[in-house]
Amino acid sequence: MFDFEKPIYELEEKIEELEKYAAKNKVDLTKEVSFLEKKVNDKKNEIYDNLTPWQRVEIARYIKRPTTYDYIEALFEEFTEFYGDRVHNDDPAIVGGIASYKGRPVTVIGHQRGRDTKGNIHRNFGMAHPDGYRKALRLMKQADKFNRPIICFIDTKGAYPGKAAEERGQSESIARNLVEMAGLHVPVISVVIGEGGSGGALGLGVCNRLIMLENATYSVISPEGAASILFKDASLKEIAAESLKITAADLKSFGIADAVIEEPQGGAHNDRDQVFENLDGILREHLEGLLVLDREEMVADRYDKYVNIGIYDEQL
Amino acid sequence: MLKDLFSKLNKKVNETDRNDGTFEKNESIMTKCPSCKKILYSKDLYKRLNVCANCSHHLPISAQDRLEALMDEGEVDLLFQDITSANPLNFPNYEAKISKDKEKTGLNEAVLCADGNIEGERAVVAVMDARFRMGSMGSAVGEILARAFGYATEHRLPVIIFTASGGARMQEGIISLMQMAKVSVAIERHNNAGLLYISYMTNPTTGGVSASFASVGDINLAEKGALIGFAGRRVIQETIKEKLPDDFQTAEFLLKHGQLDEVLDRRDMKDYLGRILKLHSGV
Repeated sequence: MFDFEKPIYELEEKIEELEKYAAKNKVDLTKEVSFLEKKVNDKKNEIYDNLTPWQRVEIARYIKRPTTYDYIEALFEEFTEFYGDRVHNDDPAIVGGIASYKGRPVTVIGHQRGRDTKGNIHRNFGMAHPDGYRKALRLMKQADKFNRPIICFIDTKGAYPGKAAEERGQSESIARNLVEMAGLHVPVISVVIGEGGSGGALGLGVCNRLIMLENATYSVISPEGAASILFKDASLKEIAAESLKITAADLKSFGIADAVIEEPQGGAHNDRDQVFENLDGILREHLEGLLVLDREEMVADRYDKYVNIGIYDEQL
Repeated sequence: MLKDLFSKLNKKVNETDRNDGTFEKNESIMTKCPSCKKILYSKDLYKRLNVCANCSHHLPISAQDRLEALMDEGEVDLLFQDITSANPLNFPNYEAKISKDKEKTGLNEAVLCADGNIEGERAVVAVMDARFRMGSMGSAVGEILARAFGYATEHRLPVIIFTASGGARMQEGIISLMQMAKVSVAIERHNNAGLLYISYMTNPTTGGVSASFASVGDINLAEKGALIGFAGRRVIQETIKEKLPDDFQTAEFLLKHGQLDEVLDRRDMKDYLGRILKLHSGV
């Protein structure tokens, strides 16, 4: 339960109490209960229809929110995972491999958070080292060779800020992915399923089409980080989240996100099958749209998407 | 009395902070080297491209001064100078900060771009300036750099970028992050045309700039002592709960870890770049 859901749970508790009381004392409280049930519904609509950017961050980070593996399992067949960057390591914070999507071979790659604390420790909370980005690049180059579309799932707080990561070239590994992804001849569709944290997210994000889940966020810096740097006060994270314009709706309005996937009320965790189905429809539609382009047109399409992003003044 | 004189002198001495990259226009007679603390004649220091005569510490240098020191005399065309920041997210105080930095630096944005010759070899050169919003990359910087690569691709010219940046410009939110991708697609075209791109990292080169165009030159160079890295030192120390070595994220540290082709003294940049350009002429 999130803090902002408290009023809903309080009402639901009251209903439970009433029902217990009614059963115990054999009185009819149907009217009162149905009144409260209506109130719960109204409250839910009021809260979930007006989620603040910060509340969406909380939903995007939720441990029970579906992860990359969950989407792979639900949407793809014959997933075969491949490991390692061929240089140093296999980074469990980024997973990938080949699979079948609607009968077509594809490459799937994504940040992988843990589904519990133990998993999060193993997966480093989905915060990748250079090894992860290099594994992703290796799989993308392989996809390019065999003409397989690439689907990336973005779900990370950011690339890992660690000593070994810096020594092995965290910057270079992300930078390399950006340029190499720009030159891929196959369709690249990136889907932000949770938190899209800065350069660590973009390392899997130079795509032809960017899809975002309704409660996913994508930001240049975490709201906490922005609050502490720009406002000198980390507790102002809610205001920072608002100012940074990080929601799926914001990115759609900037023309950066191409589609927003509707989530069940309260978030994807409330009805996984529904969100898988919603994504599947849009993903298929965008992939089919891209498959009409030839290999050179695919590169040009991506170039056009990014070269036009930016709002600046030009005084002539 | 001697003490008084000394404190008076001290007031006239320019204090510069080693890592923040900012450098006020030096109008005082004397400048104190932030590294060895020696008091230097500002005029001499300027002639030495702001490299300390005593300890070779590299003090910050403005984009204008670097460009002047680097380019051959004669025709140098400044490019895309009319591009400047808007306030796409209506971020509070952003416009005021931009205006202040314009006045302070005499620049229209955090990068100055030119087409001219170095040792007789023509190149497109972009110089970032950390005095302007910490050299951060927003839409204007992204547009200037993307156009620089486009211009160089069209005219079949090499590109040299001197980076000096804290990273993405947070006041432009996600749009600033996307500038990393924008410059990357422009680099890919330039690269695909078989043209040379040299990245020359200066103090500081961090965050989103480090994690995009700064790290993907055909040749990656850095200036002596420059701070170069992805994440901030404090963030890393807090994350891994251990103290980092003093030379962590310096140009020398990166060279040792195989991340750079060479570390240069600023006074050698013109010779070195001229030689590299000559070896690629006819490409």
